[in-house]
Amino acid sequence: MADRVIYAMYDDDEVLMDGAKKLVSEGVHITDVFSPFPIHGIDPIIGVKHTRLGIVSFMFGLLGMTLAVIGFKYFMIDDWPMNIGGKPNFSLLENYPSFVPITFEFTVLFAAHGMALTYLLRNKTLPGMPADNPYPRTTDDRFVMEIRLSDNTKFSADELHTKIKTTDIVEIEEKDYVVVK
Amino acid sequence: MEFQISARAKKTIFGVIGVGVLAFIIGVVQNSGTDQFMTRLFSNLLIDGFFFFAIALGALFFLALQYATETGWSVAIKRVVEGVASYVLVGAGILLALFLIFTFTDGGWFGTEVHGHHIGHIYEWMDPALSDVDNMNYDKLVANKAPFLTKWFFWIVTILYMTVYIWFYKGFRKRSLQEDNEGGTKLHYKNFAKGALFLVLFGYFSSTSSWHWLMSVDPHWFSTLYGWYVFGGMWCTAMVTIMLVTLYLKRKGHLQVVNDSHIHDIGKWVFALSFLWSYLFFSQFMLYWYADIPEEVIYFHERIENYKFIFWGMFMINFIVPMLLLMSDSAKRNAGILMTVCVIIIIGHWADVYMLVTPGTMGEHGSIGFMEIGLFMAFAGLFVYLIMNTLTKAPLVPQNHPYLDESKHHHI
Repeated sequence: MADRVIYAMYDDDEVLMDGAKKLVSEGVHITDVFSPFPIHGIDPIIGVKHTRLGIVSFMFGLLGMTLAVIGFKYFMIDDWPMNIGGKPNFSLLENYPSFVPITFEFTVLFAAHGMALTYLLRNKTLPGMPADNPYPRTTDDRFVMEIRLSDNTKFSADELHTKIKTTDIVEIEEKDYVVVK
Repeated sequence: MEFQISARAKKTIFGVIGVGVLAFIIGVVQNSGTDQFMTRLFSNLLIDGFFFFAIALGALFFLALQYATETGWSVAIKRVVEGVASYVLVGAGILLALFLIFTFTDGGWFGTEVHGHHIGHIYEWMDPALSDVDNMNYDKLVANKAPFLTKWFFWIVTILYMTVYIWFYKGFRKRSLQEDNEGGTKLHYKNFAKGALFLVLFGYFSSTSSWHWLMSVDPHWFSTLYGWYVFGGMWCTAMVTIMLVTLYLKRKGHLQVVNDSHIHDIGKWVFALSFLWSYLFFSQFMLYWYADIPEEVIYFHERIENYKFIFWGMFMINFIVPMLLLMSDSAKRNAGILMTVCVIIIIGHWADVYMLVTPGTMGEHGSIGFMEIGLFMAFAGLFVYLIMNTLTKAPLVPQNHPYLDESKHHHI
């Protein structure tokens, strides 16, 4: 049997948060929330794990820094030492102040681009990829909670409907879960 | 009010002051025979007098910034910021007394006379011999800097700075206490206007005062970035102090409304301002290093030749320690890590102010011994006592601030 999913729609982020708190306290597992903007504080309520994007960014930064050092060590010190402003490039350490800006630039470049690309790839939201929000209105003024029946085996569909209806929803719909991507 | 300085805290503070004074006296006895003794004594008073005054000033600036930007989250720690800023009153008094001594001794000259030349000034330019064409010590570069580097102008602007700082501090504090009783938004908008005005004044004064008070110990040298550099250091140290006081109060069970998110936000300030300071340090250093013009590079030459360890050490401490230890967000919420980092970089920033003053006044003769450590401890004890004393005078959380509720529910 295909997985069924209930979509509960709200018209305000605070109302959705209160609803989510109530449902979670009753043991309902909320799979995901779709909203036009990030809702502060929703992650711990619905149990989304803390992102590891920061670690990725740090590692990309280290990679950029290493590449920069290898690059200018080879270009400017080993391969063709140049005399700029009376400072011949014979040693990396003694000339390091002039290389600090490029070290910084490479670190930031790699950290920022690496983080952005990782984010887009991991979320499968590169330009041109199909959108996976169930209702287009979640990009405008609707806040939607996704509750999969397979995640909530201890409740029947009717019980879930009753529970969700006690929160301030504006619309509720149950349908087959379609994997977009 | 709700917060009282505990007997144990009092004992610790007076103990620190006592040990500091004792160490200072040992240092004085040790060094009183040397030629540089008086210069060293007054350099130290200038370093500690300025360092702690600058912390209070940084807090006052931060307070004005919060008013001018109508920031909500920081309301819960507003009394801590006010407490740290309250040291401007005593700090200004100490600095003014010191400047008076310098004025009446032609720039702090108690030193020796070698072939009729005065040696051992703090403010060399205050000595009239340097701008007297007929004198054998005539210094054209210093003479050309009149009227900026002259006693009367120094005093006019110094009194102006101090009046503005004290007046604004008193105004902010008065309205803050008044708001507790009255509520409403009238005082809030008044603080908003005054905060914005203070930022404009402080923008000029923080630069020009650091030229007069600190940069002029090397009167031949100048840097346009100097004021910003000093300002970056004072703001960073102020946030570090605010963090330490907040953590202390929380550990004692006060400031219940301050949650992890507030601590995280102060931690972000400490982290970001450490970068601001390091960035300004390096910007100033790299341009002079690259150009390598003798009259400019002399400043760094003096410091790197004679104080290599302190100069690079304090840069590494103030840059690397907060960068590595405070990078992750869980570290910015961990009281233990925060305390450690804050204590380390407060010492690092003291070493920074030491590096601003000592090589200029003492040349190659400066060193850190009992005198420096003792005086630092004595000043630190006095500083902490005065902050805590201010904290006892009012409720630790503002009662009727318009953004109080927002701050209570601060969540990031």
